[in-house]
Parts: sequence; C-alpha cells; structure tokens
Amino acid sequence: MQFGVFTVGDMTPDPTTGREPTYAEKVTAEVAIARQAEAVGLDVFAIGEHHNPPFAISSPTTLLGNIAAQTERLLLSTSVTLITTNDPVRLAEEYALLQHLSGGRVDLMLGRGNTGPVYPWFGQDIRNGVALAVENYNLLRRLWREDVVDWQGRFRTPLQGFTSVPRPLDDVPPFVWHGSIRTPEIAEQAAYYGDGFFHNHIFWNIEHTARMVKLYRRRFEHYGHGRADQAVVGLGGQVFMRKNSQDAVREFRPYFDVAPVYGHGPSLEEFTRDTPLTVGSPQQVIERTLTFADAVGDYQRQMFLIDHAGLPLSTVLEQMEILGTEVVPVLRKEFEARRPAHVPSDPPTHATLVGADRDGAHFRVGPRSREVSAEALR
Amino acid sequence: MTRVVVVTAGLSRPSSTRLLADRIADAVGDRLRVRDADPEVETIELRELGSDITSAMLTGGMPSARLSAAAASLASADAVIAVTPVFTASYSGLFKSFFDVLDPGVLQSTPVLIAATAGTERHSLVLDHALRPLLTYLRAVVVPTGVFAATSDFGGQDEAGEGLSRRIARAADELSDLVAARPGTPSWGTTRSARPTDALAQAEAAEDEGSFTPFEELLGHQT
Repeated sequence: MQFGVFTVGDMTPDPTTGREPTYAEKVTAEVAIARQAEAVGLDVFAIGEHHNPPFAISSPTTLLGNIAAQTERLLLSTSVTLITTNDPVRLAEEYALLQHLSGGRVDLMLGRGNTGPVYPWFGQDIRNGVALAVENYNLLRRLWREDVVDWQGRFRTPLQGFTSVPRPLDDVPPFVWHGSIRTPEIAEQAAYYGDGFFHNHIFWNIEHTARMVKLYRRRFEHYGHGRADQAVVGLGGQVFMRKNSQDAVREFRPYFDVAPVYGHGPSLEEFTRDTPLTVGSPQQVIERTLTFADAVGDYQRQMFLIDHAGLPLSTVLEQMEILGTEVVPVLRKEFEARRPAHVPSDPPTHATLVGADRDGAHFRVGPRSREVSAEALR
Repeated sequence: MTRVVVVTAGLSRPSSTRLLADRIADAVGDRLRVRDADPEVETIELRELGSDITSAMLTGGMPSARLSAAAASLASADAVIAVTPVFTASYSGLFKSFFDVLDPGVLQSTPVLIAATAGTERHSLVLDHALRPLLTYLRAVVVPTGVFAATSDFGGQDEAGEGLSRRIARAADELSDLVAARPGTPSWGTTRSARPTDALAQAEAAEDEGSFTPFEELLGHQT
C-alpha cells in the first residue's frame, strides 16, 4: 500500500503570526516537503494545480520535474491535474516528458476544478465540466497509446496525423486516478477505463465516501476489469499529531478555526467527529485511519493533507517525520494483515506495468466492448 | 399513511410562526383524515438545525446526521408545509439557508403550502414575491393560497382573525386536494418511497435496477 502527502500549495497566512509566505518561500517549501516525504519513508508526493490566488503552483510538471531531480524513489503525482481547462495535447506531452525525467516515477490524478472563473480564462465553460473531462481524457488516452492520432471532437481543434512527443517511457502510459467528491460520472469514468478512483473525503463524512467508492467498485466489475474489491482506490486524510493528544488539539486549533474551506464553521470537535480529520496522538491517527478500510474496503493509496491552513514549514516537516516514522510503518503492517490475498496492495506503477500484458486494459484506449462496437459501425 | 412534513423557521419558543404552522398542520390533518388518508405529521424546527445548516454551508455541503435526516424526511414527504417569519422584508436567513444546503431535487413535484408571519400585514406579499419563487425553483408544486398571519390576525374574534381561519381552511383544502389527486397515492396504503434527490443517489438507483447510463453514451461521437 502506498502512503503519501498531498497539498494544493495555498498561500494561507499563519494565523498565529499573520505572516503570509512569499511565492518564493511557498514554491521552495513544496520541494522541501517532497524531499522530506522521501527522507521519512513515504511513497508519494502530490501537488495540486491552480491558476488563481491564493495558490502558488500553476504548473505541476515543472515542480515535479525539479523534485524528480532531487529524489530517487519518491512517486510524483498530482492533486489534481485539471483535465477540463488544460489542452489534452499539452498534458500528454508534459507528463510523458516527466516520465522520462523521473524514470517512470509518475502518475497523475485528474479533476475538473470547481472555480467557475478559471474556465473562461482558458477558453472553457464550467457548465461543460463533465463533458470536458470525458472528451479530454479520452483524447489523452489515445495520444499516449496511438503513435499517430486523427481526432475530431467538440472542445478543441481537430488533429490530423498528430504524434505526441516524447512517447511515453517504455511505451507505458502513466497510471491515472480520477478524483471526485460527488460526481457519479467521474466514478463511472474511472471504472470504464479500469483506472484508479480517488476520493478526497477530508471535507465529507465517511458514509458518503463509502457510497462513492462502492459505486466505482461495482462499475469497475461491470466493465470486466476484475472483482469489485480489486478496484484501485485512494483516499484523502487529514491529521495533526503530538505525543500528547491535548497538545495536538491546543496547537492545531488556531489553524483549524480560521482555515480555508471549513474555518468559522463547525467546531474542531464536530469536524473530527464527522470527517476523517484526526487531531491527537500517533496512536489515535493509526486507529482512525484503519477504520477507513472498514468503510470503503481494502484500498491501495492513503494520502494525508499536512501542508495547509498556514502551518509553518518547520511544523509540516515535523508532522511528516511523525507520520513516516511512527504512523505509516504500523499502518502498512495492519492494512496488509487484514487484506485478502486476491486484493492488490499497491496501485499499478511503471515498474509493474512494464511487465504487464500489453493487451491489458491499461494499454487499450477503452474496454474491448467499445472497440468491438466501433468496429461494427465501420 | 400520508406523510406531512412541517418546516418552521420561528426562533422564539413558543413562536407565532410555530403557532401558525401547528394550526395549518391541524387543518390539513383533519382534511386528510376525512379522506381516510391516515396523516402522520412531522415538524422540523429549523432552529434546532441552526449550527448544522451553517456548518454545511461553510464546508461546501457536508451534511450532518441531523441535516441528512431532515432531508430524508422531506424527500419522502407527501406534502410539505413551509412557514417562516418575515425578517427584513423577506423569509428569514435561516429558512433560506436550509433550502440552500439541501439537494435541489429534494422537493421536486411535492405539494407545498407556504405561510409566513410578521408584525404587520404590510409584508403579506412576501409569500408571492419570495417564498413562491423559491419553491417553484425547487420544482415543488405550491398551492395557490398562501397563509400570511400578522400579529393582529391572532386577535381572535375580530374580522381579521376570522380571515386567517378562512385562509388556513382554503389553503388546507387545496393542499389535501392536491395530495389526494397525486398519482401513486390513490390507495392511501403506502408512503411514497424516498426519491433519489442527488446525482449519487440517482446513480445508485440506476445501478441497482440495471439502467445505468453506459459510459459510451457520455463519450458521444468522438472519432
């Protein structure tokens, strides 16, 4: 099972000092966080893409390329890559290039983005969000899997005889996750292709997360990719830890109370009850995180939000050390102990896909059923 | 059984809003009993959901257990009575916020009676200028008569008081007629099952009955 940290690189001021980081500080902090992830034994670092303040990271592949040069085994991912407002041609090119630079240590999580004004800045319309995600991703799959693409669709200019370069490393397209909080079409999209489904349930109750994941699992099985419990699932999580749980609560509360997204709303106590947020001892984090598998089934990737709400970099790095040394080693053991033999521990990686059946679902644009029906239409 | 759900946004206890809500609920209940419709009335006091509503709004929609229960009640209601005090020339913020954090489909096609209270009758058009458009937007079926009660309407035997009783009676007639006429409830034997009100619930229901929209349909005609 993979464990990691994910962030959106927000420039939130530290509420205890009022100090806002500079862009230079925030960008270099993300590199430091990624290096720390590798140093403390975590598996994945994921960065979110934003094109509006108060966020600092607009180009995930530039950041991840830099991190790739400073790490050796860390898997580089996104949280999320915008599949709606990015040209799929650019995505195909940039992430393939990142594959080569990182030696295949890359996968990506696609999301639509929920900020209306961002869409027109890139010539799009949020009302087409799902349609954009569907069309753009299908084209992205083709660009990575077919050397020469002729294509015509609704949202970009047609392509005639186009070859996306560089070709994917070892002709293995990166593994893709689809992230959505409550849109069934996105769970369906992940299931259709046999891709991963990521539910960032940090703002929602686990019952809702369980329903979304269950829907994805059922559809994954429907499309013949395997049993429902073999579908590839990732979850978000949010923790703050100190040896003594009261210390954790005391230190985190001022950050919680004014945090973006949920600040000024529910109390810390209500939010920890109703969402996966755990503020307490490492042991409490372990116990809480293990319950996620009871709700969604045995899963493959757990990401933690650590860098947010204006927490100083030194605190973030400290928290990651606790996570990597005291929490994750126990979680690895416990999650594997409860996992049935036929349920994979890890999501597909470049290393496993290189050796995989080249006729398998990952290497085809769509499930066989679609290819057969397309053939019949000709 | 016929489920009547009352939504009341009064703040004090007792509130004139709750008083009005109860009078209307009694009148509707009487009429449904006459029709052997076996009414069951449930009242949702929005004050009790105040912090849940605020939290849902500030977290981007995370429902609490109490809020989910209220939404489920509305989704399976055969009729709804929605009553608000008038604050600053409109429905109260709490009343509006409650509907803001519900799934928009929760009242679709549901017969609804609207009512409001205020200190003065000068606010009476709030029913038609504020409550009716809100519920129409939610695709509820709003009965023609709204019930507005100013403080003076609670005066008892005077002309104004009788007017209130008449308005309650007329609105209750309209609501019970509408409930009785609805397809799916002719026998009065069963409660309308809860409708899937959000996209996820609809998808779950479709998967259960094997009518899930295949992804190929979403993909459309790319070549």
